[in-house]
Amino acid sequence: MKKYITDFTVVGKHVFNESYFTLTLKHPSKLPEIAAGQFVEVDVPGNKAVMLRRPISIHDVDPEKNTLTLLIQVAGKGTRTLSAIEEGATLNMVYPLGHGFSIAGERVLLVGGGAGIAPLLHLSKCFAAKGIRPTILLGGRSASYIPVQKEFEPYGTVGFATEDGTLGERGMVTQHSLFTTAYDHIYTCGPTPMMKAVARFAQEHHIACEVSLENMMACGIGACLCCVVDSDEGHKCVCKEGPVFNINRLTRWMAQ
Amino acid sequence: MLETKIHNLTLKNPVMTASGTFGYGEEFADFIDLNRLGGIIVKGTTGERRQGNPYPRMAETPSGMLNAVGLQNVGVETFCKEVYHRIKDLDTHIIVNVSGSSIEEYCKTAAMVDELDKIPAIELNISCPNVKKGGMGFGVNPEMAAQVVSEVRKIYHKTLIVKLTPNVTNIVEIAKAVEGAGADSVSLINTLLGMAIDVEKQRPYLSTITGGLSGPAVKPVAVRMVWQVAHAVSIPVIGLGGIASAADALEFLMAGAKAVQVGTANFIDPAVTIKIIDGLEDYCKRHRINDINDIIGII
Repeated sequence: MKKYITDFTVVGKHVFNESYFTLTLKHPSKLPEIAAGQFVEVDVPGNKAVMLRRPISIHDVDPEKNTLTLLIQVAGKGTRTLSAIEEGATLNMVYPLGHGFSIAGERVLLVGGGAGIAPLLHLSKCFAAKGIRPTILLGGRSASYIPVQKEFEPYGTVGFATEDGTLGERGMVTQHSLFTTAYDHIYTCGPTPMMKAVARFAQEHHIACEVSLENMMACGIGACLCCVVDSDEGHKCVCKEGPVFNINRLTRWMAQ
Repeated sequence: MLETKIHNLTLKNPVMTASGTFGYGEEFADFIDLNRLGGIIVKGTTGERRQGNPYPRMAETPSGMLNAVGLQNVGVETFCKEVYHRIKDLDTHIIVNVSGSSIEEYCKTAAMVDELDKIPAIELNISCPNVKKGGMGFGVNPEMAAQVVSEVRKIYHKTLIVKLTPNVTNIVEIAKAVEGAGADSVSLINTLLGMAIDVEKQRPYLSTITGGLSGPAVKPVAVRMVWQVAHAVSIPVIGLGGIASAADALEFLMAGAKAVQVGTANFIDPAVTIKIIDGLEDYCKRHRINDINDIIGII
């Protein structure tokens, strides 16, 4: 997939709470095809303390409007600076980066936690386009950690798990009543402990599983070799070989 | 207008890419025409495949970044058998950065690369701060630096560039030592040894605790060292360290560098090298300079 450097215009911003917001960005012409699970490297304007681009997962794509949407969690100085961006601003992005999810299986479970929910909306739509309704299980510490909820409803059966019980079932996603062996594929993105628990469950029950990793990175295109994961084939760049990996390449990572 | 020479290599312009910041060039082919570059210094290559250091390997710092990649690379055999054939027909100089932990390892790699028709030069990396054995160890001591260079010189027949570390009291002394040992050119600076601590987690950002600082933060140090070395040696100097614009590149040229390398800036703007080349052309036109060599070493 060819990669580009493009100035996008911010055409929409939605602030969910102090931790989460979305930016919708319009491409100046025709948006190229983007796979679910791919990401962008955003140049963060207006903060001299932020030199490197920030890798952000692509949440949604609208090929008709030539827009893409980023769901961003305020996690550090880069994302905090981005949270001050307003409609009309220009953001320079290198995209689409990395390998996305395979769109495989018929009985499909998507498991997202916190900001890891981001790529699952685009993924849900990709399954819906193939006539498959996935089960979508979203988790967080409390309801406010699951910023995007009803947007998933048209595309599958949605369940929620919160540690404090403020939304859906109380507990972890792996304790949820929808988290069963009834699936042939599981796709997950979220905090590492959650993804490892999901991956170990899938491995134990011989269910195909893909995880989307989030490591600190500089370039996003496989040049700096900073974002490596300790895969079964050795250190692999999360930005280039991932961010999505089949767990059969990550048995060492799962055991750590 | 921008043509320049490093030993017997004619570069179409003085802008090359720094080792470890540009992969094997292929990673940037979507963004730029690689054939426009003066040269590509490919990822540091060692005698055997290396996994490098554990994650985390990088931290952003004011106007710079620390890295501790630790020479992760496919090894010289895979480079020669596979990577070389993918990139050898580019219309630019492909230069292999040769790294190692022992003189034997440097010599093995250099000898194998010597056999590759389309590789006109190596950059001998005696300055990597991120490996436990060798690397920078050779580059901080004039006798050891001279020894590794003279051994490689015996078996390597093409242009031999030696990459120097700034982590020394007197870089001129090292530059003279490697010149005396047969280097055809020196490139400087490699990264500055640095460290950063995450105070919330109360631990270093890097798995190796210390790492190499690069980016605009190091540029004034690099310009100073290039200026000092260029006045002290008669072999051509290649300047690098924090170059992100044509103006940055011009500082190095005026300080005495015959060519420059762009490193960390490639991570921020994958097309930055082309902007720098275009910027140098514009500068020459604006200042009615017919030959870039007219401003090299004017300070």
